[in-house]
Amino acid sequence: MSPLLEFRDVTLRFGGVVAVNKVSFSVEEGEVFALVGPNGAGKSTVFNLISRFYEPAEGEIIFAGEDLLRHPPHDIARLGIARTFQNIELFEQATVLQNLLVGRHRHRKTRAWSEVLFTPAAREEERRHREAVEKVIDFLDLQAYREKYIAGLPYGVRKVVEMGRALAIEPRLLLLDEPASGLSVEETQDVAFWVEDIKKQMGVTVLMVEHDMHLVSAVSDRVLALADGKTLALGTPHEVQNHPKVIEAYIGVADESEKVLA
Amino acid sequence: MRTVFKTSYDADIDYFRHGMHAFWYLALLLIMIVLPFLMSPFAIGEVTNVLIWSIAGMGIMLLVGQTGQASLGHAAFLAVGCYANVLLQNAGLPFILSFPLAGVIAGLAGVALAIPTTRLHGIYLAIATLAVSILADDLIVVAEPLTGGINGLLAPTIEIFGLPFDRYGTPGRFYWLVLLVTVLVVLAYRNIQRSPLGRSFAAVRDSEISAQAMGVNIARTKAVAFGLSTAITGLAGALMGHFAGIFNNETFTIIISIQLLLMIVIGGLGSIHGAFFGAIIVALLPQTISTLRDGLGDILGTTIRVPGMESAAFGAILILFILFEPMGIYGRWIKIRTYFQLFPFYRKDMFRRQKSYLKTERMR
Amino acid sequence: MDILQLFVSGLANGCVYGLIALGFVLIYKATEAVNFAQGDFMMLGAFITLGLTNDQFWGLPFWISVPIAIASMGAFGYLLDMLVLRRMFGQSQVALIILTIALGFVLRFAAGAIWGHEPISLQSPIAGRDVRFGGLVLGLDEVWVIFVTIFLTVILYFYFNRTRLGVAMQAASQNQLAAYYMGIPVKRVHSLIWALSGMVAAVAGILFASKGSIDPSIGLLGIKAFAAAVIGGFGSLPGALLGGIIVGLIEPFASYYIAAGYSQIMPYLLLFLILVFRPHGILAQVHRKKV
Repeated sequence: MSPLLEFRDVTLRFGGVVAVNKVSFSVEEGEVFALVGPNGAGKSTVFNLISRFYEPAEGEIIFAGEDLLRHPPHDIARLGIARTFQNIELFEQATVLQNLLVGRHRHRKTRAWSEVLFTPAAREEERRHREAVEKVIDFLDLQAYREKYIAGLPYGVRKVVEMGRALAIEPRLLLLDEPASGLSVEETQDVAFWVEDIKKQMGVTVLMVEHDMHLVSAVSDRVLALADGKTLALGTPHEVQNHPKVIEAYIGVADESEKVLA
Repeated sequence: MRTVFKTSYDADIDYFRHGMHAFWYLALLLIMIVLPFLMSPFAIGEVTNVLIWSIAGMGIMLLVGQTGQASLGHAAFLAVGCYANVLLQNAGLPFILSFPLAGVIAGLAGVALAIPTTRLHGIYLAIATLAVSILADDLIVVAEPLTGGINGLLAPTIEIFGLPFDRYGTPGRFYWLVLLVTVLVVLAYRNIQRSPLGRSFAAVRDSEISAQAMGVNIARTKAVAFGLSTAITGLAGALMGHFAGIFNNETFTIIISIQLLLMIVIGGLGSIHGAFFGAIIVALLPQTISTLRDGLGDILGTTIRVPGMESAAFGAILILFILFEPMGIYGRWIKIRTYFQLFPFYRKDMFRRQKSYLKTERMR
Repeated sequence: MDILQLFVSGLANGCVYGLIALGFVLIYKATEAVNFAQGDFMMLGAFITLGLTNDQFWGLPFWISVPIAIASMGAFGYLLDMLVLRRMFGQSQVALIILTIALGFVLRFAAGAIWGHEPISLQSPIAGRDVRFGGLVLGLDEVWVIFVTIFLTVILYFYFNRTRLGVAMQAASQNQLAAYYMGIPVKRVHSLIWALSGMVAAVAGILFASKGSIDPSIGLLGIKAFAAAVIGGFGSLPGALLGGIIVGLIEPFASYYIAAGYSQIMPYLLLFLILVFRPHGILAQVHRKKV
């Protein structure tokens, strides 16, 4: 069976800097796949390539047999890929409920005019959207925040809302960009459980970028290590953590930072 | 504080959150309907003016407050609606057709403007729309055979099923017509707010990047927002033409564009209430000032004549609002209401984190 | 000869637009604010000079009122930032635009209340005289405008590249936080930028008033200067001057070659086309948001 997502020799340059250098990997349907690596390794860039925010110079990105590079950014959600952002990009002046409902946009079937008139068909569809969103709210325990505006919510809750908004899309592939960064130990544990449930109960494939190696080892089936835009190692969490190149990359970075300080 | 127990999805979808909520708005509507029997024709004229400005305000609010796209050019679309309606009427079309058509034409003009400008953000979009407003003013003068140039056009009397609707002849009837349009626009606005369309507008306003990731087509959404916004503004323009009776390029200058934007900021961005509050200020300010001035003149025994007083007072009020109440009159109203609902538990920093809608666009 | 005279008068107008545009860009570059009242600053500078100089008001010698007017506009800019705009910190760009538009309304009213709404001429020694270069007759005012603009540009160039404060202003405009950590008093630098742009506006106002009569509504010229700033490239100082000159030159030639009504239309048409096809102006500086 062909993989769900496949990168084939993808290269991206910003001016003279090579941000992603001939990266190839594939994510199988139903697995949790993690990207790790030091800062600036090109992990978030990989996500932005999938979201079509960046245009690669070379290579192919295939999702479920579709050539992603032939689709504009707003098509990606319709194809079944949802994502979260490293620095949280929620709709600040809207409630949690409204944020999650925006996630339903790819399932929108009514036309603008029927929504302006709010025809019975529009109401029926609206009920369906809300039913789907309430399931996500139950899953992530967001009931207490349903009607709250994002602008007043604490950081941890925002992270969860962002995950909920991505789940409201009902994706086949979920991209999580540092889901546990800035969270407490308890909150990180919640994230681990959720990722497990997303994979097992919902049958959603997860691709995530994460620095917390405990979380990565706990939930991921395979791990890809990147450094300076290049692939270092691919394998189980244990294999990758003990890979000599990975250790060198992390310690090498530490060395450099020491030089800067001295 | 009232707690509403929601037992169905419709509780979130419906216009009113609970029975009392519906009661107050229906009572308000009832009062508005019987108003011509209670007020002098002059006062009814003033209320009509407020309603027309409110419609225009809702038009620009949809774009600025809901979708976050700044516009300093909406007077151009008032003009498109006004001229289109009167020209169609003069061509023999009945008002009942020319009026909606004028809205459609203004809407299409808005879409036509949106297509080349969707890539522009914040300040650049404001400037592009500003240019459109100035160009519209000049084009009206240049297109004299059609528009009458600086001499302007006369709005013919409206006739619907043989009944005349005239601002001076039958002020009550004209008022009801405007009220009907106002109610219809409010309902349409609420429908947009509670449907995927309105949420995609809010998504574009708050974060274009994640809106895209959610599958919202930014360019199309902006074009639809422009179209709906300018269509509503066009309807207001058509009514404005009939209210004024005679109009020319001066009726729709850049100053009117600026005033429209300032109006909804004073009222409170992002809410229907804000459009109405702002319209009340704009439409009644000249009256209030002249009354105050006459009163002051009587006391001092002289007549005070200082031109530009209205815009200066307007500017001063605006400066105070932006400095001390960026959420506008509606924002202040919410705070006062919450204070009484929660009495005595209101905290001063309750609304602390609510920032204003439009964000900095400088990209780094 | 007609063409050449048209060119010089267009150039002189363009210099005034360029100087107002320079004021916009100075502020935008340093503080991200867009001062829609820049045209009204120019108007105020012109009226202060007029109030000091003209016989029906104070009757001071022209060369004494000029520095006083420039200095008071500088003080006005500084105080405006310190007392009003600093409170706006963290609010959106559009809120600031709206605030400055409202400020323009108030300034226009104030000027009208003090100096009246009738057009008045500044009693300037450079107004209404001619100079001859061979067969060419030029207004002395136009020649002055062009020379002062060149002079001011050179001074500003050296100021930003050679003086400590100028370099600090540049640094603060490029990265506020980093500048703050390097010990630059960013807030005071902002106020000084507003002062500087008030002074530039005063010079523009004096030059404009020397070319003809003024009334409080000339502040609306700011909109045209604004178009000039965008055409040249918002955020670029040479771009502002370039844009001003382009707009100044388009106007007389459009009315000469097409029809009188088109001198108004052409600058905005050009602005619109620039925005659609090259949104960041002729001399562009583009950034992209990072996620």
